[in-house]
Amino acid sequence: MKSYRDVFSELSRQHRAALIPFFVVGDPDFDTSLALVKAAIDAGADVLELGIPFSDPIADGPTIQKADIRAVRSGMNVRRAMEFIRQVKQHRDIPIGLLMYYNLVCHYGKAEFFRDARDAGVNSVLIADMTIDDADEVLGSIRAAGLDSVFMVTPNTSPERMQQIAARTTGFIYTVSVLGVTGSRDALSDSVEDLVRRLKSLTNVPICVGFGISKPEHARAVADAGADGAIIGSRIVGMIEAHLDDPGRAIAEVSAFIGQVKAALSGA
Amino acid sequence: MKHRGRYGDYGGYYVPEVLIPVLEELEEAFDRFRGDPAFVAELADLSTHYAGRPTPLYHARRFSEHVGFQVYLKREDLLHGGAHKVNNTLGQGLLAKHMGKSKLIAETGAGQHGLATAMIGALLGMETKIFMGVTDVERQSVNVHKMKLCGAEVIPVEGGTGTLKDAINDALRYWTSHVTDTFYLFGTAAGPHPYPTIVRHFQSCISREARQQFLDQTGRLPDMVVACVGGGSNAIGAFAHFIDDPDVKLIGVEAGGRGVATGKHAASIVAGTPGVLHGARSYLLQDAEGQVMDTESISAGLDYPGVGPEHCHLSDIGRARYVAADDAEVLETFGLLARIEGILPALESTHALAYVAGLKGTLGPETIVMVNLSGRGDKDVGIVEQHRPLE
Ligand SMILES: Cc1ncc(COP(=O)(O)O)c(C=O)c1O
Repeated sequence: MKSYRDVFSELSRQHRAALIPFFVVGDPDFDTSLALVKAAIDAGADVLELGIPFSDPIADGPTIQKADIRAVRSGMNVRRAMEFIRQVKQHRDIPIGLLMYYNLVCHYGKAEFFRDARDAGVNSVLIADMTIDDADEVLGSIRAAGLDSVFMVTPNTSPERMQQIAARTTGFIYTVSVLGVTGSRDALSDSVEDLVRRLKSLTNVPICVGFGISKPEHARAVADAGADGAIIGSRIVGMIEAHLDDPGRAIAEVSAFIGQVKAALSGA
Repeated sequence: MKHRGRYGDYGGYYVPEVLIPVLEELEEAFDRFRGDPAFVAELADLSTHYAGRPTPLYHARRFSEHVGFQVYLKREDLLHGGAHKVNNTLGQGLLAKHMGKSKLIAETGAGQHGLATAMIGALLGMETKIFMGVTDVERQSVNVHKMKLCGAEVIPVEGGTGTLKDAINDALRYWTSHVTDTFYLFGTAAGPHPYPTIVRHFQSCISREARQQFLDQTGRLPDMVVACVGGGSNAIGAFAHFIDDPDVKLIGVEAGGRGVATGKHAASIVAGTPGVLHGARSYLLQDAEGQVMDTESISAGLDYPGVGPEHCHLSDIGRARYVAADDAEVLETFGLLARIEGILPALESTHALAYVAGLKGTLGPETIVMVNLSGRGDKDVGIVEQHRPLE
């Protein structure tokens, strides 16, 4: 199974940042969602970030909230999400990071959750509503399962805390580019380049930037600032929402968009 | 963070990283100002002259005759704004001011906390936004109007069932994007640390007063204290100064909705299992997949799938007992109290009264029971009329 280390070191040899699309598993239904994810891989995704839908996603803006609702309504749950991931991995061996809300992990059973996720082919788990302060509740079972840990850094995180976060992170630091929730934004936040530079001076853990990266040039800008990856969520999920009656069109748009981002990240 | 905010296994602060610095700032400010003489004096002055404390402890003679034991009502319904909520909004509002924040946001269910926040926003000259589920905006339209009159902006929240849980989700999201100048004035003794501790602190005046009033008026402590539990703020305020009196039974009454057996209710401790919602571990109404369930109650203020962490702990250790009263009993008791005492109780508070009415004939005539009458029922007259039209 391909590790983050494999992917990030290969990409760094090519002086390229990872393209990391985000999908809500099962949005709008199992089959369409799987087709979308496969298309994203074929269009050039280097790593996947997948969210298992939760009823109360407090870190997410309206676009991803609606996707969570669609996916839950279509019958997605943790067990089926594991099956979904297995099928993605059969298509291509690509690193997968899960984005979770803590209640789903607790409800499933922590040790079982991390073990089953690893068995399905997951590389890391980020829990949106858990910080390093409570990480001891999960880090043992994350390590026991052989998973990497991912935590967030935000623009208001102090330098000392950044260091503590880096010390507990084995996968990549999920760097949030804005004070706020997920959602497409027209302009990239001014603070993001500075944030990436500060993090880079503190740690060797890969830095991936997310929240509000909506255009190929945003991805390019964070890559130029030194980030190891760009995570694109709401913009892609918004394309799914815009074509609920025409899944083929959603797949084509998502593919084309990922192709454009890939080109922006690859260009000299 | 300096403290963990745990009550036994419950509580904590399960929040996205972006909220950690603001919760730390809040914890620090609360620790600093709670004992600050100037802050304490300002709060005491406003509690007396603006909000109307102390509230009476009233021996409800006819209701007592009806049930066969002695019932005392702690009259939080007489406070400015019509509910206990102002105890908390005054405290947190002053805290916000001392922290140098210029804007307030709050969630609301029944509209009572929203109104109490709007009042304080006006009093302190702070811009105020209230998040309220669309269902609640509709069923509590009078309070919406009052909030607007006090100058607050009311933001209707579409998500989920359009009730309190959804309003909290959106208030948290908004706060995440406006952490620098905005104070989130949380309405109940739930949510991430330090809110359960802060809200308990500002609501505990209820039992501090009541304990002394019982000693003055009856020469002894009550045998039982009963309060309704939504998130748990009025109940923890009513319990706080009795927790160390082992002979005082503490009863929290949750919303039984259409009946706990139907699954359409909001009785988190009675029927829930431990989970994590809105930054804290608590008993939670969740489905077989771990998704948070839609709740149902005739009272918007109790319509919440989680509950404050200290109540979960008090239940686990057996110090307090939690029960449910359903909509039908509540409507019955609302009419009863109006008829024999001339008091219209809030539907939330009526849950506590309904439990006590159900004890009729089971307690000795000397038994003293305190019911925390957390709010007045003016806001609910339309709902009651809908369910029980007058002939
Ligand atoms: C009058 C009244 N009582 C009780 C409640 C429930 O809240 P809590 O459990 O925090 O006291 C509300 C909430 O709106 C209320 O308006």
